[in-house]
Amino acid sequence: MDPIAFVTDPVMQGFLQATTRLAIPIMLAALGGMFAERAGVLNIALEGMMLAGAFTGFATAYASGSLWLGVALGMSAGAVIGLVLAFYTVKLTSNQVVVGIAINLMMIGATSYAFRAIFGPGTDAPRVTPFPPVNIPILADIPILGPLFFQQGVLVYAAFVLIPLSWIVMSRMSAGMAITAVGEHPEAAETLGISVARVRTLCLVASGLIAGLGGAFLSLSATGLFLDNMTAGRGYIALAILLLGRRNPWGIAAAAALFGGADAFQLRGQGFGSGIPYQFLVMLPYILTIVVLIGFAGKGRDPAALGRPFQRNRAE
Amino acid sequence: MSSSEAAGPSPSSALAGRSEFVSSLLAVVLALAVGAVLILAWGASPVTAYAALLDGAFGSWNSLGETLLRAIPLTFTGLAIAIAFRGGTFNLGAEGQLFLGATAAAWVGLAIPTLPAPLLIPAMIVTAAFVGALWSLLAGVLKLRFGANELITTIMLNYIAILFVSYLLRGPLQEAAGYLPQTERLSANARFPALIAGTRLHLGFLLALAAVVLAHIALWHTSWGFKLRVVGLNARAALNAGYNVRLLTLSAFVVSGVLAGLAGYMEVVGVQRRMIENLSPGFGYTGIIVALLGQTSPFGVLAAAILFAGLQVGGSTMQTASGVPSTLTTIIQGLVVLFVIGRGAVDLFLARRGAK
Amino acid sequence: MTSAIGDGPAPLDLSGITVRFGSFTANDAVDFSVGRGEIHALLGENGAGKTTLMRVVAGLIIPQEGTIRIDGRPVRLASPLDAAAEGIGMVHQHFMLISTLTVAQNVCVGIAKAGRVFPDLAKVARDLEEIGARYGLQVDPHALVGSLSVASRQRVEIVKALYRGARILVLDEPTAVLAPQEVDGLFRVLRMLAEAGTAIVFISHKLGEVMALSHRVSVLRHGRLVATKPTADTNPAELARLMIGEDLVLPTVDGAHTPGQVAIETRGVSLRDELGVTRLSDVSLAARSGEIVGVAGVDGNGQQQLAEILAGLQAPAAGAVIMASPSGPVDVSRSGPGRRIALGLAHIPEDRHHTALVDMSIADNAVLDSIDRPPLARRGFLAHRAIRAFATRLIAANDVRCTGPEQGVMTLSGGNQQKVVLGRALAHDPRVIVAVQPTRGLDLGATAFVHRQLLAEREKGAAIVLVSTELDEVLALSDRIVVMFAGRIVGAMSRAEVTLERLGAMMTGQAA
Repeated sequence: MDPIAFVTDPVMQGFLQATTRLAIPIMLAALGGMFAERAGVLNIALEGMMLAGAFTGFATAYASGSLWLGVALGMSAGAVIGLVLAFYTVKLTSNQVVVGIAINLMMIGATSYAFRAIFGPGTDAPRVTPFPPVNIPILADIPILGPLFFQQGVLVYAAFVLIPLSWIVMSRMSAGMAITAVGEHPEAAETLGISVARVRTLCLVASGLIAGLGGAFLSLSATGLFLDNMTAGRGYIALAILLLGRRNPWGIAAAAALFGGADAFQLRGQGFGSGIPYQFLVMLPYILTIVVLIGFAGKGRDPAALGRPFQRNRAE
Repeated sequence: MSSSEAAGPSPSSALAGRSEFVSSLLAVVLALAVGAVLILAWGASPVTAYAALLDGAFGSWNSLGETLLRAIPLTFTGLAIAIAFRGGTFNLGAEGQLFLGATAAAWVGLAIPTLPAPLLIPAMIVTAAFVGALWSLLAGVLKLRFGANELITTIMLNYIAILFVSYLLRGPLQEAAGYLPQTERLSANARFPALIAGTRLHLGFLLALAAVVLAHIALWHTSWGFKLRVVGLNARAALNAGYNVRLLTLSAFVVSGVLAGLAGYMEVVGVQRRMIENLSPGFGYTGIIVALLGQTSPFGVLAAAILFAGLQVGGSTMQTASGVPSTLTTIIQGLVVLFVIGRGAVDLFLARRGAK
Repeated sequence: MTSAIGDGPAPLDLSGITVRFGSFTANDAVDFSVGRGEIHALLGENGAGKTTLMRVVAGLIIPQEGTIRIDGRPVRLASPLDAAAEGIGMVHQHFMLISTLTVAQNVCVGIAKAGRVFPDLAKVARDLEEIGARYGLQVDPHALVGSLSVASRQRVEIVKALYRGARILVLDEPTAVLAPQEVDGLFRVLRMLAEAGTAIVFISHKLGEVMALSHRVSVLRHGRLVATKPTADTNPAELARLMIGEDLVLPTVDGAHTPGQVAIETRGVSLRDELGVTRLSDVSLAARSGEIVGVAGVDGNGQQQLAEILAGLQAPAAGAVIMASPSGPVDVSRSGPGRRIALGLAHIPEDRHHTALVDMSIADNAVLDSIDRPPLARRGFLAHRAIRAFATRLIAANDVRCTGPEQGVMTLSGGNQQKVVLGRALAHDPRVIVAVQPTRGLDLGATAFVHRQLLAEREKGAAIVLVSTELDEVLALSDRIVVMFAGRIVGAMSRAEVTLERLGAMMTGQAA
């Protein structure tokens, strides 16, 4: 048997394609989370942002027939949640975790309610035709890399572009320096003429846009349908990815790929009658998340002001 | 949390006299108002829908019984989360602890069904509490030993627990008939007697009330509760004062897990009479907002649990009567909490008005 | 000292500045100005209103009354950006630097000077080198600020202000973080800047420095300006009287030194922080009953870590901590604060808010470390009446100004909070007291109270380890003094042997 035949084997091809498809949503959510956390805000609401993006994107695409309009509005829905979170955490200096959890719980109900309101309680699940895979000529035929990177839907390519883009923003642009300043030492940032409130609000909006894109990817690229609570904890997994990737875009991409691989592996495992009860396979990404937290928690350095609300001291 | 170094009073202190109860009530009213808009958007009459909701929740002895029945697990999960919260930890794992506690209790009940009730019931209670505590303790150990954030680990442990229970109910613990993912029915010895004739309300409600009183005493009248609250407010000061902070944190996880496990037990013996795959419609998660609305005080938790139970029970009636999906009540619950947290906005607004 | 102080309107002129926080007036109609090339010292004790006035200049506080003029032109400073635009540069006591950014990034973040979107850091570096060459302010533009020493960070702050176009430089207690020799370096830089025309406001409560450096001095007391004089026309004694308002004599140790048994000691203690940096190496220190051991040193040389190891908040990586007990010495290296408190240790930590106090009532805070002891709790249940009685006694004994034991401790002033901490620490007749910066942020009256209490405990036979960066405090209270530098004890001497020169040399690591 040809020792390298497995790389062109259709099963392997499918596995690699699936790895990327499953990695992208959590990678996007984690990238969104990165902007918030680097600015010092714990964004627990990633889950709710994704769910809002998935639902809004789907409903818009279904109603308008335009996938792109769906993507745009899905991202906007995430951004709106970002604004709500900013109002609470920046303006009211509420506990960032509490608000995030409340938003997540509410979004489960809100998307479910709106779904029934729009599509009725019928059993027939509405569908849209998702973004088809676009093979990039020549590159798509490279073994392993081809199925991983070049046989994907167009949103995957968009996500790929976001990685270097985020890196440039954070390490080369004055915006990235300002975000770092706000996340590390908000009082100093204020003396430097940087508005902590504005930077944090913008970061949460960016966070919502990107996490919303991750959600829209689930409904418009990965599946073509919307299901209640379809994010299934991916927003929380993204928080672990963020730690594992050290809040750095490249690290996040690599960490997300690991999770995508685990997820693809368990899906394959279900399909091939391995004899392992499927529940144990489905557990895999959740167990992996815990393993990652055990291995990497406390290793990297958190932004000094992470989770700490900032209040300007002013005389009244 | 935010320690303002500026001298002088904070903007809200002028309004400190306003009771938290009033602002919670205001939050409920506001959330219901937003809900009314959503009902209108659905195309139904808010008056009809809310009338049905109210009737379904509190309109008769039977519906009141159903509401209080629903309040039992919410009280337990709400207390579980409130106590963890007081100790400075976010236990989002009540859902998984509930499922495992319930399954373990059902297993004991099915393994020794002929044991007399005075022995069987305590055996099941202890098992549910023990297993819930173990699962919760796992998150506590991960936090203390490895620094793994319990926010994420408890959510992950929920998924793992629920999947594991699903495996058990479709495998080793499945009923003999083998149709549904559920266990056999529990024997009569394992069940609770009804509290009010003609309703499903059972003895568990009294146990929930007892848990509320015990939690109140523990938090405010024991040195354990005192130290736990200190740890929650300032763990470093607690350490400096000579407390065993790790042990206190673990104890918060354990107590929290015990209460969540008991929530599952109550559902198994009082409602389903067996373990089923969909035992909880998110009691563990609703418990989070019950705890928040109840200001993490045990009596507040009880009131919030009854309120949310009424919303949920009435929600089904509302759906039948007006077609408005009962998931509306999930939105209202979330809004209530956001408005309660947002009362700072009202203070800010009033302070600004007052300054002019 | 001679210096050409420029003519024309003053670069910075404040008149009638009034700032109120609620019913408290922090600045009461203060007039203050500084000329071109002038170093004007602003003197006052803690709480006199220096910092508030400085925050007005920084654009962080908008005063209720008064006018700010820049070059004779009235301006409104509503934000730090406004202040910077008017050429005001601040060097805060707690540095306003981002430790995860480089020096170059720190100076240009938030402004468009080096490029609005993509800042040209190479150009920033060139500009910094030019500024550095002109004023003797060398810094490596590409170094991460987090890797720099405290003195270097201070240079970065000054360079940052100059890069951002400061013509008026305000320095808040800049010498507090420096060793005596480093102070000389700073003064050289400031004189050079003044000669080049920069207007400098030098905020301090140290008379010697003010006399040595400034052209004019203004004194604030209780928020009011009490005097402005040319430095040449005054003297330290007069300034001290103006600053304090009365002749307040701080208590000092009597020098009669009759120490008893060793009550606590460290043997060869070492510690590395979470980043692997060595914070303490081979520190051996013993304190005997009835003596005060002062631990001196520039902030950040391991004193904080040593105190935490003594108190049990951290475990040493190597070495041992031994405490006396009725049954002989006990190794407590691996036990936390609980065991040590049981053996008679009391800790007065540096950071009240993070280590000593909890956002609860005064009563709850008063019993924080004794809640398990009867009669405060019995069989695990709280005895609320006994707790209240205990707190009431503590309030009375320490003159805590409050409405009662139920008042929230966080609503107290800093001095009264410290009295709660001190009262609690001393309530159970401690045998060992670890006091870290026990008077930081307190006014002179409260400082005197704290000093008297510590001396009284010494009389009663407690062993006291006093960690302080205030040399005056260490010199006044200590029977013996040890000096820490770079995580080591570099010298020890009795109070008779102390000279400022020796101390200064040790604090900069130049002497053994």
